[in-house]
Amino acid sequence: MEKLTTVDGRAYPFGMKNVDTDIVIPAHWLKTISRSGLGKGAFEVLRKEPGNVFDDPDYAGSPILIAGDNFGCGSSREHAAWALGDLGIKVVIAPSFSDIFSGNAFKNGILTVVLPQAAVDRLLEVAKTDPIHVDLETQTVTTQFQDRFHFEIDPFRKHCLLGGLDEIGLTLDDVDAIDSYEAKIAVERPWTVPAVA
Amino acid sequence: MVKPRTLYEKIWDAHVVERRPDGTCLIYIDRHLVHEVTSPQAFEGLRLAGRKVRRPDLTLAVPDHNLPTTPRRDAQGNRIPIADPESAQQLAALERNAPEFGVRLIGDADAEQGIVHVVGPEQGFTLPGTTLVCGDSHTSSHGALGALAFGIGTSEVEHVLATQTLLLKQSKTMAVVVDGELAPGVTPKDVALAICGTIGTAGGTGYVMEYRGSVFRDMSIEGRLTVANMSIEAGARSGLFAPDDKTFAYLKGRPMAPQGADFDAAVAWWRTLVTDEGAVFDKTVVIDAADIVPTVTWGTSPEDVVPVTGVVPDPQSFADPSKQAAAQKSLDYMGLTAGQRMEEVAIEHIFIGSCTNSRIEDLRAAAALLKGRHIASGIKLAMVVPGSGLVKRQAEAEGLDRIFLDAGFEWREPGCSACLGMNPDKVPAGERCASTSNRNFMGRQGPGSRTHLVSPAMAAAAAVTGYLTDVRALMTDKEGMVA
Repeated sequence: MEKLTTVDGRAYPFGMKNVDTDIVIPAHWLKTISRSGLGKGAFEVLRKEPGNVFDDPDYAGSPILIAGDNFGCGSSREHAAWALGDLGIKVVIAPSFSDIFSGNAFKNGILTVVLPQAAVDRLLEVAKTDPIHVDLETQTVTTQFQDRFHFEIDPFRKHCLLGGLDEIGLTLDDVDAIDSYEAKIAVERPWTVPAVA
Repeated sequence: MVKPRTLYEKIWDAHVVERRPDGTCLIYIDRHLVHEVTSPQAFEGLRLAGRKVRRPDLTLAVPDHNLPTTPRRDAQGNRIPIADPESAQQLAALERNAPEFGVRLIGDADAEQGIVHVVGPEQGFTLPGTTLVCGDSHTSSHGALGALAFGIGTSEVEHVLATQTLLLKQSKTMAVVVDGELAPGVTPKDVALAICGTIGTAGGTGYVMEYRGSVFRDMSIEGRLTVANMSIEAGARSGLFAPDDKTFAYLKGRPMAPQGADFDAAVAWWRTLVTDEGAVFDKTVVIDAADIVPTVTWGTSPEDVVPVTGVVPDPQSFADPSKQAAAQKSLDYMGLTAGQRMEEVAIEHIFIGSCTNSRIEDLRAAAALLKGRHIASGIKLAMVVPGSGLVKRQAEAEGLDRIFLDAGFEWREPGCSACLGMNPDKVPAGERCASTSNRNFMGRQGPGSRTHLVSPAMAAAAAVTGYLTDVRALMTDKEGMVA
């Protein structure tokens, strides 16, 4: 996983509430065999509407998405996080997220930032014309207009994102513990390894 | 003195690799079943990170969701191409990934191929006291043999492939107790549906269930697989049966189970896997076996159950306003009206199959009822999809295929099939299916499809009359065996 320390850039001023994962990526995209390439299907239905932020050249390639309350509700499909990542999004800012989505986002190196509605409203304004700066180390979102918003994050998740440690990498740091467990079981319950068919 | 422990706690404790300060544990995974739908991105993740599968010997890959149930090889043994390019691509990915990462693949034309949750027990891959995972929610099935088994997401699939572990928090425990004797015509499927109706589909959320009581002790291993399979339909990620002599007899001699002296050593440990006297469950649910009757679903959730002799409920009869609204929506979708008798509901499709009810005992129960009978004229398609190639072969050796074919059923190749319609087997919009599967969700068997969950014997009964039917009305003395 890529390290995430600071993210600087334009942000999609999206703002929609209760965006479910069917909106993020419709079900017919689930037959794919790849995590990549799902950006094409991201917000597929919304992108049919003229003037939508995702097709506005002003915001093309923005690394930040600013959304409304309860972002990522509904189906647990991890494809939603994959689709946003494929679109180039590294941070989603919203007043609240579904638990499952924020877990899936984290597992895919995407930071979810929870800020009060008033702060989100202010950032939606700024995003229309200017970039936004997110600093994970200091847990702040700032703008060039002296805005400074502090956010909370689970220390374990912060540690993983800053270090670019995916959960697998982190578990593999403990590979000695796994090795010794396996060595112990090989003695205590050797038959646990399947007999060869 | 050692604190008395539940079966779940014993298996959990035996698999803790490391305990973290916040209570999270790194849990060792003994068995990993892989299928074609939820694994491609996990293998891709390994490839991108330059990682290997830590224990290919503990991993078994079997395609099941996308496979057509029509013949897969022509007379010359050449593969018959799969029409849907996306299904073909998911299957091809598994056939490429398994050998690349050294994982054993049971392929689409192998005799042992079948639904992962049928193949695991059948091959002796599933063992008591093991932790077993798969990227599929019906992994709970394997709890029938006393394995702590649960479904996982794709990132977790990758985590298990790379590390053979998962980071987990311990669940709460729920005892589901059914004592007494099941009446003739009442099957393990009816018990599972009764549990869903009693607990509700969210009732088991956060819990691991343990099935206790005389009904479960007396139940066959295949019946236990049906019940454990539907634990997830009552919200529990996992459901356990304490392994017993029936379990050991079932496993003895299976190809991937321990052999010889190893088997005896394993049995000695497996015998310790019972809940201790005095162990405390966080919750206990008690159901009297005498209260369980042949059951059907009327709505679009597995908790929407009613005796087959009953009527479609009135949405207003539910206390909770949100349930009232949901029930009305379900009835509109299902094309039913409150007060309608279930036995007056006409059926167009019969599906006997799925990881819930596609094993040999299920096929025997349906065939016992169909012998000498024929499907009704209103039935457009009745099909049997055996859970595995070995189940199919066994059924053919017993002549069951002839009974189904003579009765007007189609006799298909094994796979998940019309349970979720990822392959071509779908129920058309607005048409009604009596199905032995596990989910009656809107659109589950195809867009607009209407599903009534039933036991195999009840599916056979519906096939014969063309209506949802009380199986007891068609049973002769001999067929009293269907239970």
